[in-house]
Amino acid sequence: MSTTTLLDVKGLGCPLPILKAKKAIKDIAINDILEVHATDPGSVKDFEAFCRQTGHELVQSIEEGGVYKYHIKRTS
Amino acid sequence: MSENAKSMSIIVTKGTLDWAYPPFILATTGASMGLNVTLFFTFYGLALCKKKLDLKVTTLGNAAMEMPIMGMHLAMPNMVGMLPGIDGFATAMMKDLIKKKGVASIEELRELAKEAEVRMIACQMTMDLFEYKQADMMDGIEYAGAATYIETATKCDINLFI
Repeated sequence: MSTTTLLDVKGLGCPLPILKAKKAIKDIAINDILEVHATDPGSVKDFEAFCRQTGHELVQSIEEGGVYKYHIKRTS
Repeated sequence: MSENAKSMSIIVTKGTLDWAYPPFILATTGASMGLNVTLFFTFYGLALCKKKLDLKVTTLGNAAMEMPIMGMHLAMPNMVGMLPGIDGFATAMMKDLIKKKGVASIEELRELAKEAEVRMIACQMTMDLFEYKQADMMDGIEYAGAATYIETATKCDINLFI
């Protein structure tokens, strides 16, 4: 069973959502999930690129009521 | 820092508030994505290495500058740039926007860059040219010249000049 940790970066602009996510991922265990809530529309493409580059898995990317929600699984 | 990681170098030549953003945004993001990042500060870019940052924007020669005001955009014709205090006004406005829109300050990004072990090199020749003292510069900076940059750049996947 993996645990999910929430990171709220609503209201923050590029590159802070990515920088804060990177830091938060370091603090969770491998195979655990970091759930990121952001309002920056540019973060959709950026989290895809971030995950491709770092190898972490973008399990889910959805938008709900103006909030972008990402589930990132730490892989290494 | 990993030996096999991708890497990026940026030559940083400008020291105004607006031009300080691209190098620090790219450096911190690159480091976040696992790249080894080197910043080489030269000429006016050295202002970004000072312990105490006091960055400003100027309206002069910046025809594309449009500040959003009450749903409109205010252009800054060059004539306006001659008014006393206009750069102070534009700087205050920019800093206000930065805060309101949740954009990181340069101080914050620079701290994050240091934390992420971004390598920062200050151009020694420019230090001498502008009579800057190492004591006025932030800690953790290397002082070197063009050869050091070239050696670094030959090993980098991305080399930028800003």
